[in-house]
Parts: sequence; structure tokens; C-alpha cells
Amino acid sequence: MSRYATPAWFEVARRDLRMALLTVILLIVVTLAYPGFAAPRNLAAVLDDTAILIMLALGQMLVILVRGVDLSVAANLALCGMLAALFNRAWPQAGVWPVLSLALAAGASLGAINGLLVWKLRLPPIVVTLGTMSVYRGVIYPLSRGAWVNENEMSPGFIEFTRAQFLGLSTLSWLALLSAVMFILGMRHTRGARNLYAAGGNPEAAAYSGIDAGRMQFVAYVISGAIAGICGYLWVARFAVAYTDIALGFELQVIAACLVGGVAITGGAGSALGVVLGCLFLGIVRSSLPLVGISVFWQMFINGVVILVAVLLGARQRRVTRAILEVPPA
Amino acid sequence: MIAAAFRRWESMLAVALVVAFASFSAISPYFLSVDTLSDATFNFTERALVALPLALLIIAGEIDISVAGIIALASVVMGLAAEQGANTMSLALLGLATGLAAGCVNGALVTLGRVPSIVATIGTMTLFRGIAYAVLGDRVLKNYPASFASFGQGYLAGAVSIELALFIGCAVVFGLLLHGTRWGRAIYAVGANPVATRFSGIAVERYRFALFALTGLASGLAAVLLTSRLGSTRPSIAQGWELEIISIVILGGVSVWGGKGSILGVVLAALVFGLVTFGLGLMNVPGIVMSIFTGALLILVVAVPALVRRR
Repeated sequence: MSRYATPAWFEVARRDLRMALLTVILLIVVTLAYPGFAAPRNLAAVLDDTAILIMLALGQMLVILVRGVDLSVAANLALCGMLAALFNRAWPQAGVWPVLSLALAAGASLGAINGLLVWKLRLPPIVVTLGTMSVYRGVIYPLSRGAWVNENEMSPGFIEFTRAQFLGLSTLSWLALLSAVMFILGMRHTRGARNLYAAGGNPEAAAYSGIDAGRMQFVAYVISGAIAGICGYLWVARFAVAYTDIALGFELQVIAACLVGGVAITGGAGSALGVVLGCLFLGIVRSSLPLVGISVFWQMFINGVVILVAVLLGARQRRVTRAILEVPPA
Repeated sequence: MIAAAFRRWESMLAVALVVAFASFSAISPYFLSVDTLSDATFNFTERALVALPLALLIIAGEIDISVAGIIALASVVMGLAAEQGANTMSLALLGLATGLAAGCVNGALVTLGRVPSIVATIGTMTLFRGIAYAVLGDRVLKNYPASFASFGQGYLAGAVSIELALFIGCAVVFGLLLHGTRWGRAIYAVGANPVATRFSGIAVERYRFALFALTGLASGLAAVLLTSRLGSTRPSIAQGWELEIISIVILGGVSVWGGKGSILGVVLAALVFGLVTFGLGLMNVPGIVMSIFTGALLILVVAVPALVRRR
């Protein structure tokens, strides 16, 4: 495989540098056209808008690294968000921490369902998560009896948690920055992350080194699910509303951010820094659209173009292609 | 014993069909009438028309999750042309052509661009539906000529709708193509072992491209029928259909690992799917709740053979 010809870290560093340059150039171009864009307050707002995307994309990265894909993240987010909102409505005095724990536990469990199906039954991730996406989203309806949970039904603490400012940034932004730092350091320096890369890069070789690739897939889905769960609460609190269709189709933006950030859909290659930069790139594009006078209805189209350009460039770099529905080792 | 029964997946489907049929006629007194059953076919014909070529594509080891996006795109193109006063025939041709073109884009990405089909079609799914949203926004297009309604609402003879007749015709053609021709054998071979197939002198990439184009064309046809039946186009048209169409194919016993499956299975699966969703509709189950059923069914259908295999 050609990607082992040069040291892997060098390839990754070069890709991250290119992504960083691209993001800075985009920022400069937008600022030249609209000088107010680079004002600290506006940049803080952009970060606040991109925070949830960053967290979800970091979780999704783990799944893609081990040759999977998690299409159910947005549905998981919506279901956990609804659970958090219903819990808060029933016990408004409980405060934020029980809500966060509930969202985390629920999200991790939903992720574990994906993980078990992929690990134990060796089912194709795309089919599993397409199915659970539909189930998780569907469950919200009977759970909420089809009704919305509105701002006036949420306790002030529930909403304030995400919006509280510290050093000019919202809690939401700080959470995203914290996850970014944890992932960037963790993906580089922990044994778990090494095993994850190994399991995704070459499952057979990993097995001979005592790494259970299936187990790593399971772990990746659980983490991705747990993040989606927490983001469910954050989303609902930030927009102060919970209903069946929140974050509908958001999984595509999350996957787009990973692909733009240089995560190889074939698994085993990608960096947390790249993913964060990819999210920021998409975030800046999204925030500048209204300035240029392009309607929000173009968002999906732009996501599509971005995904296709990223994967076409990615496919050009790597000659090795992998079938999507890979034959499991008998 | 169980494994042997699963080897004839189609017989299991036939049993499921009979059970569903019997239980719905027991539950609802209105179920067993020619009119009701004729209505019920509209629940699956459009999806099943796309499921047929998609089955060939999955047998060949690829996948296309942009089919619903193609339907939306083709519907928007027809809607815009109708606003310009295009007549019924050219609208239908335009819908088919859009579908074919979109399928060729998928095929080119996978064969020329060497992008794995799952990512390529996640991208084009977003792109195609994105174009629909970008062009329409929150508008609705419904200036279709009156005669345009005949495709999706018309009947060929008695209770047999044009949609049903088209589906039966296509099922026969696809059945013959897959099970009776050299091309069909080649499709199985491509799915089972692409490398060996290439070494035996079969133009693997050409098959892949053709199957993506065919799936696009069928999605265009589904767009014509659906748009004609609804009489309007919104950018959210056929939202979530990719899941249902893939579910039908996999429920039909087509292996997600490629190389296995039959058209008979897909046809039976389409009937089961149509009957069950129609029956749930009769029992006033809302659409979003039905998606729990569809999703669970999809997982169950891939999980059961995997569980049997583990024994």
C-alpha cells in the first residue's frame, strides 16, 4: 500500500497543514469581503454554532477509523435530547448533572446496540446504522406522544448551562474545545487510540498483535453514541425546543466534516486535528452564507459538493480501494 | 433444519405473505376486497420498481443510497419544466432522463473516480436532494398538466393500475435478465469475486457503471409515477425511501455481501412490505412509528441469517 511508503505521521501532518491553510485562507477571504466577520465576538458565535458538529465529528471519526460509519448519530442525538427534555420537565429541580448523566448513558446504550450488532453479528455498519437511525428517530414519537417540549417547559438551569459565558466563550464552545484537546492528545498518545488505528488499518494484522478489531469497533460506536447523547441535551438546551425532527439529516454534515478533515473512509487513517479543522471550515462556510446572500436552503447542496470533492481527492491519493460491504473473515 | 429452511428464503417470505394476508383480513373487514387490495399495491409499486435494479446492484457488491435523492431531483426537474408549459410526454421523458443522468454520475464516481459506492452515494444523495432544496426552498410545484396524472393514478384494465402493470412487467424482465442471461451470470460473478471475474475477461467496471445507470433510470421512473400520483413536488418528496427500498431488497434475501439473491425474493419482499405497511396504515399507525418497524425489520433480516450462521 502506497500510504506506507512515506511515514504515516508525515502524510497526516501534511494533510492537516493543508486543511489549516485552507481554513485560514477561507477566513481571510470572508473577512476581506465582510470586515466584521473576524471580530472576536463573531468568531465566538461561529465557534458556538460549530461546537456540536465538532464533538459529533470526533466521535464519528473513531467509527470511520475502524472501517464503520454511524448514520444513526443524529437520530440518537434527537432521542437523547427528547429524553433529557422530558426528564427535565418531570423533575425540574434535579439540576443539570442528572440530565447530563441520563443523556450520556442513553446515548452510550444506543451506540452499544450499533456496536454489538456490528461486532457480535458482523453485520455491515451501513445497514445496521441505517436501520437504527430509523428506529431511534421513530421511538421519539411515541415517547413524546408526538408533542413538542417548548422553552416554557424547561427549567432555567437546563437552558442556561449551555449559554453561560466564561472568558468570552459559551459553555458549549468550551466543551467543544475540551473535546478537541482531549482527542488530539488522546489519539496521539494513548494505547487505546493506537489499537484503534491498527484495528482499522489492517484488522488481520491487528488480530495477530492481540487486538480484537471487533471489540475496537464496539468501543468506537459506544463513544460515538455517548457523545451523541450528550450533544442531544446540548442541542435541545441551546435551541430551547425538543421535537421528533430535530437534527434531521445532521449525520450527513458530521460525515462530511470527517471526510473534509481527511479521515479515510477506508479506515485506519485520519487525525483529530484534521477533523476539528474540517468542522471549522464547514462552520465558516455555513456562517458566511447569509452574508453572501445565499439562502439556508443551499446548505445541503454545499454539503453534497464538499463530500464529493473530499472523497474524490481522497480516492486520488490512495490507490487502494475497499469494497463497502467487505467480506468478513470466515 | 432451520438452516435448510433459510436456504429457501423465498419459501419463508411466501409464508410471511400468507400470514400477513390472513391476519389483516381477520383484523379488518374492509381488507379483503378487490378495491382495497388494488389500493394497497400503490404502497409498494414505486419503491419496488427501484428495488429491482438495486437488487442487481447489491448482488454485484455495490450499493446506491442516493435513490430517493434522485427521485427528488427528477421530480423537481419535471416540476420546473411543467411550469414552463412542457407537455405530459416530454415531462415523463425528462424525468427518466434526469434519473438516468444522475445514475451515470454515481456510476462515473464509482468506476472512474474509484470512490467506494457507499461514500459516493452518500455524497450524491446529499447533492441531489440539496439541489432540490436549493432550487425549490419552501416552494411547491404543482402546475402539472391534467393528463400527467394518468401515470400514477390510471388503471390499465379493471383493478390493475398502470403502476402495478409496469412493476409486473419490469419484474419479469429483470427476472429473465438476472436468471436467464449471460449478463445475469456475470452480475453474480462480479459480486462474488470481482478480481477473478476481471481475470476471466469480464469488463467489471462496465457492469458496475451500467447497473448504477439502470438504478438511476428506475428512480427516474419512480419519480414520474410518484409525482404523477401526488400531483405536486416538494423538495422533501420520497424522504427516507432509500431505507425502505434497501429494506425490500435485503428482505428479499439478497446478500449484503454480494453474489447472492433472486428477483423472486425481491418481488415477494415487496409484496410483504406493501401489505404490512398498508395493514398498519389501516390500523391508524402513524408513518413515523412505521419507520420503527421498517428499521427493525431491516436489522432483523440481516441479523437472523447471521445468527443462524453462528450456530
